[in-house]
Amino acid sequence: MNPTNTSSTRSTDNNNIIEARGLVKKYGDVVALDGLDLTVPKGTILALLGPNGAGKTTAVSILTTLLEPDSGTATVAGADVIHAPDEVRRNIGLSGQFAAVDEHLTGFENLDLFGRLYRLGRTRSRARARELLDRFDLTDAAHRPVKTYSGGMRRRLDLAGALVAEAPVLFLDEPTTGLDPRSRTELWAVIRDLVSQGGTLLLTTQYMEEADQLADDIVVIDHGHEIAHGTADELKTTVGGERIEISLQSDLLMNDARRILSRFSVGDLHVEGRTLTAPISGGAQTLTDVLRSLDAEDIALRDVGLRRPTLDDVFLSLTGHMAENELEDTSDSELESVGEAR
Amino acid sequence: MENIAYAFADGVAIAKRNVIKIRRVPEILVSVLISPIMFVLLFAYVFGSSIEIPGGSYREFLISGTFAMTITFGATLTGAGLADDMQKGIIDRFRSLPMSRSAVVFGRTASDVIYNVLSLVIMALTGLVVGWRIHNGLTSALAGFALLLLFAYAFSWIMAYVGLMVPSVEVINNVSFMVIFPLTFISNAFVPAENLPTPLRIFAEWNPVSAVTQASRELFGNIPPGTPEPTAWPLQNAALYTLIWVALIIAIFAPLAVRRYKRVGVRN
Repeated sequence: MNPTNTSSTRSTDNNNIIEARGLVKKYGDVVALDGLDLTVPKGTILALLGPNGAGKTTAVSILTTLLEPDSGTATVAGADVIHAPDEVRRNIGLSGQFAAVDEHLTGFENLDLFGRLYRLGRTRSRARARELLDRFDLTDAAHRPVKTYSGGMRRRLDLAGALVAEAPVLFLDEPTTGLDPRSRTELWAVIRDLVSQGGTLLLTTQYMEEADQLADDIVVIDHGHEIAHGTADELKTTVGGERIEISLQSDLLMNDARRILSRFSVGDLHVEGRTLTAPISGGAQTLTDVLRSLDAEDIALRDVGLRRPTLDDVFLSLTGHMAENELEDTSDSELESVGEAR
Repeated sequence: MENIAYAFADGVAIAKRNVIKIRRVPEILVSVLISPIMFVLLFAYVFGSSIEIPGGSYREFLISGTFAMTITFGATLTGAGLADDMQKGIIDRFRSLPMSRSAVVFGRTASDVIYNVLSLVIMALTGLVVGWRIHNGLTSALAGFALLLLFAYAFSWIMAYVGLMVPSVEVINNVSFMVIFPLTFISNAFVPAENLPTPLRIFAEWNPVSAVTQASRELFGNIPPGTPEPTAWPLQNAALYTLIWVALIIAIFAPLAVRRYKRVGVRN
C-alpha cells in the first residue's frame, strides 16, 4: 500500500483493479486455496484456468465478498474485501457457475429486481432492464418466466444480471460450462464486447479454448495455487512447438504405433482412446516421415493431423506431469506422496 | 435513517419477488390450500364424529387446534424457500449485491404471511361449512386470527434460520416434520392437556402451540361449557403467554437468521 494514501481502503494510485495476496481457504482438511496471488490491471481480462476443484470458485467467492479467506488479503476496485465489503459490492457484478436467476420470474422481472437491489430507482432500473434484454437478444422472451428459457438464454440473462449496475469489475464464474458450442461462441462474443468498453473482468473456466479466446492473461491453478501464469502464447511456448495427432483404425497395433511415434517425439506421448498425440519438431517433413514409418508397418490410420499446441496441451504438461512423474516433482506433490506413504 | 429506508425498500423488493412466485407456481398454493381443507374435514369427521363432549361440540373444540397445527407447519415454507434459493445460487447472487444484509430473510418471512392468511381463510370457510361457529363476536374472532398469524410469523423465523443451515429442501421438510409433528400433537390442540400422562401433560401445558390454541379457542368462544379452568399458568394466560413466545422467538431467531445469511458459505 502507498503510505501517502489518506484512506486505508483506497489505493487510487494503483492501476490494478483486483489484487489478491496469499489467499488461503480450508474446508476442514481440504485445502481449497493454498496461497493464491492474483493481479488484474484495469481494463484487462484475467482467466483463472483449472480443473474442477482447483479452487476457482473459492477464489471468486472471496473476491466477491461471499466468503472470508482464512488468511491473505485482497482488494477489488481499491476496497478491501474483508474490511470494506459493501464498497466492493457496489463495484462488482457477479455471474455464477449456476445461473442464479429466478426461474419463476420473467427475464424483465429478474433484471428489474437486481436493479432495485443495486438501488437504481424504479425508472432507471426498468430502463436498464429493457436495455440489457435488448442487448442480449432477449427482448422477445422478456415477459416469459425464465423456466421457459434455453440454457444459453439463461446464461445470457445471468450475465445481464451482472451488468445491471454497470459495475467497473466483473466476475464470471464458468460462464459457459454446460453450454452447447454455438451458445458458447455467442457468449464469447458478448463477453469480448463487454470488455472492449473498458471493463475489467476475472473469468474462471475449465476450457483452455475459452481462456485462449478471451483472456489477456491466464493463471493456471491446481490444488489452490498457481502453477503457471502468462499470456496464451507464452503458455503455449512453454510447452513447445507443434503436435502430431494420429487416430488408429484399431487397437491391435497400438504398441507399434507408440514405438514409432516416440522415435519422432520431442516430449511425452499422450494417448487417449485410439488417438496418440506427440510434440514434434520439423513440421510437415516429420509428419511425412511418421506416415512413411507407420505405412511400412501396415498400421492403418483413421485420421492424422498437425496442430499448434492448445492450452489443453499446456495444462496436460503442467498437471499431468506432476501427477505422473513423482520423482521429478515439485515440493508440493512430494509432500502429497509422502503423506500417502505414511 | 437512510439505511433503514434502504433496508425496508430491499425487503419490499424481495417480498414482491416472492409474491410473484406465489402467483406463478400455483402448485405450492394449491398444496397450501388443499391440505388445510383436508385437515379440517378429516379432524371434523373422523374424530369429531366419534368423540362426544357433553354439552359442547368436539368439532368446534378441534378447529383451533387444526388452525394452530396447520400454520405451524406453514412455517416450513419459509425454510424451504430459503433452502431452495440457496441451492440454486440465488442467495449467493443477493449476497454479492450492495443490498441490506437483512432484506432477504425479512422479505421472505413477510411474504410468507400471505400463505398463512390464505390457509386460515380457507380453513375458516371450510370450518363454517362443517358446523364451526364463532360465539364471542367478530372482533374477538379477528383477535384470535391475528394471534395465530403472529405465532406463525414468529415460527417462520425459526424455519428461516433452519432453512439457511440445511443443504437442501428435502432436509428442511424432514426436519420440520420431526419437530413440528410432536410439537403440535403433544399439546391441547386435539385433546385436553389435563388428560395426558404427567410428563406429556407438563410439556403440553408449557407448549406455546397449546397456548395459541387455547387463546384462539377462547377468543372464538369454542371452549365447551363446563370445562374446568386450566390449572397451568400458560393456559390461564394463554394470549399473554403466546405473545411472550412470539417476542422471544423473533428476538432470538431474527438475529440468528440474519447472521447466518451473512456467513452462509458457498456450496463448493
